[in-house]
Amino acid sequence: MAYDYEKSIRPGKLPHIWCPGCGHGIVMKGLIRAMDTCGLDRKNTAIVSGIGCASRLPGYLDACTLHTAHGRAAAFATGVKMAKPEMTVICCGGDGDGTAIGGNHFIHACRRNIDMTYVLMNNFIYGMTGGQFSPCTPTGAKASTTPYGNPDPIFDISKLAIGAGATFVARTTAAHPREIDKLIVQGIQHKGMSIIEVLDDCPTTYGRRNKFRSVVDMMKHLKANAVPIKAAAKMTAEQLQGKFLTGVLFHDTEKPEYCAQYAEVIKKAQGA
Amino acid sequence: MSKAIIESGNVAAAMAVQLARAEVIAAYPITPQTPVTEKLSELITAGRMDAEYVAVESEHSAMAVCIGAASAGVRAFTATSSNGLLYMSEQLHWAAGARLPIVMCVVNRGIGAPWSVWNDHQDAISQRDAGWIQIFAKDHQEIVDMTLKAFRLAELVHIPVMVNYDGYYLSHTYMPFEPPDAERVDAFLPAYQYKHALSPEHPESLNTVTLPDARLDVQGVKRGGYMDLRHNLHEEMGMAIEVWEEIDRDFQTHFGRGGAPVTDPYRCDDAEVVIVAMGSMANQFRVVVDRLRQDDGIRAGVLALQMYRPFPGAMLARALQSAKHVMVYEKGLSYGSQGALYGDIKSALYPYPSRPQLHNFIVGLGGREIPTESLYQTTKTSCAPDRILPPAQSDVPQWIGLQL
Repeated sequence: MAYDYEKSIRPGKLPHIWCPGCGHGIVMKGLIRAMDTCGLDRKNTAIVSGIGCASRLPGYLDACTLHTAHGRAAAFATGVKMAKPEMTVICCGGDGDGTAIGGNHFIHACRRNIDMTYVLMNNFIYGMTGGQFSPCTPTGAKASTTPYGNPDPIFDISKLAIGAGATFVARTTAAHPREIDKLIVQGIQHKGMSIIEVLDDCPTTYGRRNKFRSVVDMMKHLKANAVPIKAAAKMTAEQLQGKFLTGVLFHDTEKPEYCAQYAEVIKKAQGA
Repeated sequence: MSKAIIESGNVAAAMAVQLARAEVIAAYPITPQTPVTEKLSELITAGRMDAEYVAVESEHSAMAVCIGAASAGVRAFTATSSNGLLYMSEQLHWAAGARLPIVMCVVNRGIGAPWSVWNDHQDAISQRDAGWIQIFAKDHQEIVDMTLKAFRLAELVHIPVMVNYDGYYLSHTYMPFEPPDAERVDAFLPAYQYKHALSPEHPESLNTVTLPDARLDVQGVKRGGYMDLRHNLHEEMGMAIEVWEEIDRDFQTHFGRGGAPVTDPYRCDDAEVVIVAMGSMANQFRVVVDRLRQDDGIRAGVLALQMYRPFPGAMLARALQSAKHVMVYEKGLSYGSQGALYGDIKSALYPYPSRPQLHNFIVGLGGREIPTESLYQTTKTSCAPDRILPPAQSDVPQWIGLQL
């Protein structure tokens, strides 16, 4: 029997705005399955986003959703979590939103290790505004603002998250739908800041400028270059050139979670 | 022979910036501004424009880059819309206080929350007290001409200039316009020379903490405190109106266009009903004015306000005090009060003995359609002789086009 996604979608919200072939829908389905697996109560789940195509995702879901300012998802979500630590807080957004205009909030949410799960859809470009290069556009790739190739080096989002202090960091791709929900489940269950980076495709503004003739080509590219972290351990640096590691890249269960730490401060201040 | 081309308003703006030889462009994408800076990045990478393009990570950084560039004596430009402008706000005040002649196109769009990508003027209105000069274009030709003139104005008065034009109505529509000849632009707009440009040969400390009181500098010359510097900004903003008129006269001698830089009246000479509006809506009103005159015998006119800050209060008072009715239509307001432009006009008329009946209409917020028919009907109804409202009612803005 087909999986019942519709029960999780807000009535009247479909069709969604994403272009044919966009991977964001795959991620949304993965998130719905993960929420079901975790048995999340929708009234007690806040899904927060900033701006961009990926940030439209929460609006479709039947939960407590906030569509906020560009780059501010992590900041708004921090406010929600601090006010209501019992809520499950999930952020959704893209690479431009999360690591450019929102880069500061992103790294500081990681540093605090506040208990939330950030599903960051990295499609290597600003899709909604028409394909300007983002901090994740590969060097040499074409974008509407780099018609002759991007000279900038990239952010490796997962490494950035690990370096900034997130305690659960995992990566997969839109071509690995089954892995998406598995990793989100682990992220939700982990007590602390979880970053799930999903490498995604944008046929409309990235693919067509960068020699991916079809959506299938982009998906094949994501599939062919994803290397599970265990397999990578047996590969040479040369073999790993141009590949991206997938699976759980980092998991630390020792570092204290922020809300718990804060509760301690409150206790202390109250002389308990 | 006309050299007119047909292009979008955003491309018109980009062409003007190219002709102005801006040397640093820093921008962040936001709808509906994005095509301006995309076009500029294309011109720069294709070698058709000698400038540095800095693709920053936010609007706040875009204005910071422009401030840095202008402080180093370089002609800087950026463009934005809506929440992008609001995110820049801190830097906007900084650029004005630092007296840096930055030019920015603001492609007007409603602001969130809730999100809207469609046109209104609330973005510009929310920044009216930042110390920037604000001008509003009505069509593509004005986008080109005003942007060129804006660079000269900013550099003469050392105050940054915002060139506003309506999102979609102007940014994404295609209209014929004449791009000025590049050589003539060079003659009209000389290279930017900044007296206080950062340079290792003449070290200066810019915009350091300034005490409340005036004091002697290291050479023993008395220098103003914070309040004196702010007073200078205010006074020189006021003087910018005349400078803008002079620039327009010179522009006319070079290019044959212009003549209405501050206000642009249409059939106002004998008008007893004068409509005041900014941006493309003022052009839309020309049809309404013609119809009111032809079908109803109402002597109507429309006065487009081209320069909103500095506010040409005395000029407006002269133009409006002999009218029976002044109807201010605007796409933005000061929440809990009135339309911002309406309040300004009322204030400008107050010192004069003859005061027309004033009306305030709020229209088109967040892209709500503004049917010409409804502009015609509201204007006609509001000036009917039997419809005299008591002051407490007539001074309240009327929202046109509400659906709930």
